[in-house]
Amino acid sequence: MKRFVAPPSKSDQKPESPAPPQSAFSVNNLSVLFSEHAVLKNVSIDIRANSVTAIIGPSGCGKSTFLRALNRMHELSPTARMQGSIILFGQDIYSPKIEPVIVRRRVGMVFQKSNPFPTMSIADNVTVGLRLNGMRDRSTINGRMEESLKMSALWDEVKDRLSAPAVSLSGGQQQRLCIARALAVRPEVLLMDEPASALDPLATAKIEDLIIELKKQFTIVIVTHNMQQAARISDHTAFFYLGELIEYDKTEKIFTNPSKKQTEDYVTGRFG
Amino acid sequence: MKQTAATSIVAPRSASVAGRHFGDRAFKWLTLAMAISVFVLVVMIGVELAKGSHLTLKKFGWSFLGDSNWDPVNEQFGAMPFIFGTLVSSAIALVIAVPLSIATAVFLTELAPRWLRKPLTFFIELLAAVPSVILGLWGIFVMVPWLREHLFPALRNTLGFLPLFKGPIYGVSMLAGGIIVAIMILPIITSVSREILRSVPDLQREAAYALGATRWEVTRIAVLSYAKKGLFGAVILGLGRALGETMAVTMVIGNRPEIAKSLFAPGYTLASVIANEFTEATSDMYLSALFEIGLVLLGVTILVNAVAQLLLKTFGGNSANAHP
Amino acid sequence: MTHSYHHWRNAKNAAMQILTLACALAVVTPLALIFFHLLKSGIGALNLEFFTHLPSPVGEVGGGMANAIVGSCELLLLAACLGVPVGVLGGIFLSEYGGSKLNWWIRFVADILNGVPSIIWGIFVYALIVIPAKGFSALAGGVVLGLMIIPLIMRTTEEVLRLVPNGYREAALALGIAQWRVIMQIIVPTALKGIVTGILLALARVAGETAPLLFTAFGNRFWNHHLTDPIAALPLQIFTYAISPYEDWHRQAWAGALVLLLMISMLSVSVRLLTRDRFADGK
Repeated sequence: MKRFVAPPSKSDQKPESPAPPQSAFSVNNLSVLFSEHAVLKNVSIDIRANSVTAIIGPSGCGKSTFLRALNRMHELSPTARMQGSIILFGQDIYSPKIEPVIVRRRVGMVFQKSNPFPTMSIADNVTVGLRLNGMRDRSTINGRMEESLKMSALWDEVKDRLSAPAVSLSGGQQQRLCIARALAVRPEVLLMDEPASALDPLATAKIEDLIIELKKQFTIVIVTHNMQQAARISDHTAFFYLGELIEYDKTEKIFTNPSKKQTEDYVTGRFG
Repeated sequence: MKQTAATSIVAPRSASVAGRHFGDRAFKWLTLAMAISVFVLVVMIGVELAKGSHLTLKKFGWSFLGDSNWDPVNEQFGAMPFIFGTLVSSAIALVIAVPLSIATAVFLTELAPRWLRKPLTFFIELLAAVPSVILGLWGIFVMVPWLREHLFPALRNTLGFLPLFKGPIYGVSMLAGGIIVAIMILPIITSVSREILRSVPDLQREAAYALGATRWEVTRIAVLSYAKKGLFGAVILGLGRALGETMAVTMVIGNRPEIAKSLFAPGYTLASVIANEFTEATSDMYLSALFEIGLVLLGVTILVNAVAQLLLKTFGGNSANAHP
Repeated sequence: MTHSYHHWRNAKNAAMQILTLACALAVVTPLALIFFHLLKSGIGALNLEFFTHLPSPVGEVGGGMANAIVGSCELLLLAACLGVPVGVLGGIFLSEYGGSKLNWWIRFVADILNGVPSIIWGIFVYALIVIPAKGFSALAGGVVLGLMIIPLIMRTTEEVLRLVPNGYREAALALGIAQWRVIMQIIVPTALKGIVTGILLALARVAGETAPLLFTAFGNRFWNHHLTDPIAALPLQIFTYAISPYEDWHRQAWAGALVLLLMISMLSVSVRLLTRDRFADGK
């Protein structure tokens, strides 16, 4: 990781977004409120397709809320309201014509703590999304399952015990299983909320390698409190603070030559 | 002056240390004795019931359970009709109550709109507060006549080819007993099931939502399969309640010690025969027979409840204690 | 994933919501019917005579349930005298002392006791008290109800005491106060509301019990003057009148049922009043 060199900080400007060849998410003036308390304020950002975008910031800055707004998961909370718009590959995902169920199939999610379904086997966990969507043909299902497990670098470790209970796997394996489960329905975007924070360094490294490999096929948005991780695996980084998007740029720039003083203070560890 | 002040500070302390120590020990033993009372009670109940039934235990032995002839006048005591009655009425009650209760619990925790949950839960808990005798009162004067005039004839007309629905209709019947026990156990199965469903971690639900599942699919995949064991425990708890149900059943089941194939025929349960005949028992042997029936009922309910408690403890923590 | 399959999934979702709603309504219906009939049949028989007179001789119209109402209150008081000290002290033991193994067994057995049918409690106390004393009595009735509420009160007391933060105990002990004083003078008073709630709920539970009283309190057509005499109780009276062949007694049974439910509701309502300021139930 390159050392930080102190630049003169620029005056207040809108964060500079790189001109997108293709935009996976186009977020405009997004605000999310829980019972009148604004957790996200007027966030506008364009997330590039086929890249890894890292969301960083101190606790409570709204990173997870932002992530969950991208697949309408915040709606599970009864007091949540949102304003603004989010366009996914040209389609407004909050339009009244679109159901959250459809959005969530197109935008998958992996959680901080792995949550495989404990009453199902490894194979059933991976294929549950497919069967939900009506896929019946056994061979197609099995093919997709093998493909997803290979994509999440778990196939070799489990191919001989696909019918074992999912909870018999280690923590790191369970998380890769959850990734396979999310990938099986072929989403366009994969959201990851601190996916490796509960794992040991070896398992974390595996997940990070996985992410870099996956971005060739998917768009990945990852929330992380580990800045070194963000620097290692992401192409673009967005820095949030107290519900606002402070700066969004190529990762290299954010960590070596950020435009905003707040960004600079955070990445050098002056607060956080 | 200073010296006396110093000693007056020190002296009382050392005296009260011994006092404190004694007070602590005494209090601890007192509370322990009170807590142990539960063991004492269980043992005492078993002992008193066994003592009370020693006459028939000696005379009839195990055949008491298998004999279906209950004829106190001729000193013939067979408990089979009551065992049959208790089992059948409880089975009917479970068949009716379990699907309704679990579906209701699912509605209240997963599928209902939020504004409806609290008021509906409140009403259902209200049902739990209705004593058995009041339900029985309603049973005699409202439910049984309605069964006799509407439901039973309809059943006989449509399903009368089955031996279950043949025969004369009195209203008071095994089926009426089963229905009223079902109403009595609905609240407890619903309430315990609700707690079990609520204890399923949200992270599981979110995993299913994130895959693009509808609300019902989330319930089916993430909640119900996870909660299977606990829900089973709730059902067994309901069974334990059904077995011991007394007043409401006595008032609508007909109280005839016969084993019949038809559900329209009157029946008799272990609890009902005790309730009806205990104070009328004319001989020592008669009383002993009733004590023995109590012993059987005690043994069965303790067993069933122990199984239910074990299932619930290994699954869902505090669900079943201190429940009305 | 076709459009029509998606519609099918939505239809299933809606169908399950309606089905489970129907089941919930089915569960509520008996309650609604009972209340409706209670009011319809019971209100008519509620008059001053009902509350102030003794039952009239068999077959005669009129009379009331005054002795049964008072009798029920008396029995609950007796039950509390037995059940509250034992239950609360036992709950204190479970919360403040004891090893985890012993306590697990105590709780297990207490929960099993809660499942013993009330009629078994009745014949137990019959063998224990009524036979040696050669007669039914208010005392026996109070004892059986008191025994029944012991496991209930023990568990609720334990739960409530556990909620008191450990910091209080530690601070008090560090001041050199004896442990038993810490418990009785600091911890228990802090949890008092919850303990009282548990007691009221347990009493509401046994107020409607009939079976155990059949062989202990037995019932009485007159006023009870000694604890060693049989005593009337509302549930007993309701039962006796309900299975009798007299129209007038049926009407009075409904009235008695209404009064009994009112008594139980009052106990439950006071519980809700006591716990009003600490409930924030989401789901």
